[in-house]
Amino acid sequence: MRLDPIAAPSLRRQIGLPALALLATIAVAMMLALIAGANPLATLGLIAKGAVGSKFAALETLNRATPLIFTGLAVAVAFRAKLWNIGAEAQLYAGAIVAVLLGTGALSAPMVLPVSALVAMLAGALVLLGPVMLKTRLGVDEVVTTLLLNFVMLLFVSYLLEGPMKDPAGMGWPKSAALIKEARLPRIVEGLRLHWGFALALISALLVWVIQTRTTLGFEMRAVGQNREAARFAGMPVNAVLVKTALLSGGLAALAGWSEVAGLKGHLSSDLSPGFGYTGIIVAMLALLHPLGVVATALFVAAIFVGSDSMSRAAGVPTYIADMLLATALLFMVLALMLTRYRVVWK
Amino acid sequence: MSDLFDILLSVSFWAAAIRIASPLIFATMGELICERAGVLNLGIEGIMVIGAFAGWMAVYLGAPLWLGVTAAMAAGMLFGLLHATLTVPFGLSQHVVGLGVTMLATSTSYFAYRLALPEVTSPPKIAPFAPMDLPILSDIPFLGPVLFQQTALTWAALICAGLVGFVLFRTPLGLAVRAAGENPAAVEAQGLSVTGLRMGAVIVGSGLMAVGGSFLTLSAFSSFFFEMVNGRGWICIALVVFGAWRPGKAVLGALLFAAFDALQIRLQQTPLGAHLPYQVFLMAPYLLSILALILMSRRAEVPAALMVPYRKGER
Repeated sequence: MRLDPIAAPSLRRQIGLPALALLATIAVAMMLALIAGANPLATLGLIAKGAVGSKFAALETLNRATPLIFTGLAVAVAFRAKLWNIGAEAQLYAGAIVAVLLGTGALSAPMVLPVSALVAMLAGALVLLGPVMLKTRLGVDEVVTTLLLNFVMLLFVSYLLEGPMKDPAGMGWPKSAALIKEARLPRIVEGLRLHWGFALALISALLVWVIQTRTTLGFEMRAVGQNREAARFAGMPVNAVLVKTALLSGGLAALAGWSEVAGLKGHLSSDLSPGFGYTGIIVAMLALLHPLGVVATALFVAAIFVGSDSMSRAAGVPTYIADMLLATALLFMVLALMLTRYRVVWK
Repeated sequence: MSDLFDILLSVSFWAAAIRIASPLIFATMGELICERAGVLNLGIEGIMVIGAFAGWMAVYLGAPLWLGVTAAMAAGMLFGLLHATLTVPFGLSQHVVGLGVTMLATSTSYFAYRLALPEVTSPPKIAPFAPMDLPILSDIPFLGPVLFQQTALTWAALICAGLVGFVLFRTPLGLAVRAAGENPAAVEAQGLSVTGLRMGAVIVGSGLMAVGGSFLTLSAFSSFFFEMVNGRGWICIALVVFGAWRPGKAVLGALLFAAFDALQIRLQQTPLGAHLPYQVFLMAPYLLSILALILMSRRAEVPAALMVPYRKGER
């Protein structure tokens, strides 16, 4: 078997192959439903209905998409520069901790929201800065260090919630005190359960897009990602670009945790994120690392999660079907994208 | 201080260190084989989960223990085949595919577990491997309980490490696998298939990772829990770097790491443990792995073609 590059891939190939990947994922979903003893078409229908079938469901999907847009952007920004930040989960919790630290009375309105958001971004950036400095200074691979820091951060959160940050009125539950009213993100429309974190996520996607397409930094990040040696040879400050990328990526991931606490939950507990940091990788890859695409794929991924939860209660297919489908979609999609640029020649 | 000496002189501490090292040795050997052939396998964490699950499920359904180990290995090899197909002939990003395989293997395990046992609240137990009771050897003071009252799977881990070292460094096959990770074009010039060697290495390596996972359910805990692998796969990747891609050094690293892990568990029970929050002790293994990576960063002899996809005729 050999792979021949295609000079100018046809439009049919560019649209057809990703569409095929999506169809293949749907086929896997139906197969899994069959294995679980449910009606495949009914299962798909229940997932769709659970995700967007009512006003309540659709709002739930938008709420679930909010942290995923942030972590998806964080991963997209980093991966574009070939900086393998697999630590969005840790950076997310750094932002969540800051939301509690500054939102439980340390600051008052009108300063509390903007200041705590900025400090949260700074905290997330710092969490990623360690592994990136280790990479640029000592050549330590950032994949493993960012992964390992996720576990360290979760233990740190667990320590905070059982120690200094524990809510005295929490009936012994390991959770933080509630945020003051001024530190909470208000709802976008009164009466609808959707907070300003969602709007902030959309604005962030737009800003990242502007940075990537309209600024020198964006150009440098892409150049460093495409060919690090060539970028260095061209006189680009590669390490400085990687550090800036890390600050942006870590800051975006931190906003995911910050907006979950300030917008949705109102307090910190150690189950704040069901793996939003890791799912951000799927969101970013499905979006081809495009910041505006991230918004679309985050909505899609959130819909699968919310829909599967509701389907699981009705049809008895385990809710982990969502994670299986997204992992399958990721693998099918990277394969399909490669095949748009290469032709398989059997010989 | 005397607490520390008491721990270091106790039989149970050394026995625990070797027990904790066993799954790490299997999985580290698996990762080492993959990386020696030129493929970073980030599927390791999920493949350990599916190994832990498949081994446990087989035994829970009535299979003998060794058949459980075989089932784990088969499941691991299946996901290894998926990883190898996508990263070797298709040359896709080893980072992305590896993380995808970890997510798929993990969610498949959880999905299958919930499907098989929808209503259970406390995980059912199986009868795990029993400690071996060897005549004479097990009765030697100190050494007996430390070395000769381990389970058969621990011994299998040590034998496996020896075997991996022998095959990689003393056989033509091992030479070819290592060459595939150093200079694939030269391998192809010898008339050998880089694709075949790399795929074989990833499939066999993934099988070993899954056996490492099955140690957790079949020898250590006797039940399957979600999150039970808990980063052990990532730690094994650090151990491969720490061992400079050499089986002997990697085993030493795993034993050192496990001794430290056994120590932190015991230190929690001492007056020191009363002063420090327990999370500090639990963080230690992860921080130690990062420290190991930093220490080895200058000296590591990374396989030259690691993470470089090979395309025939391309340079």
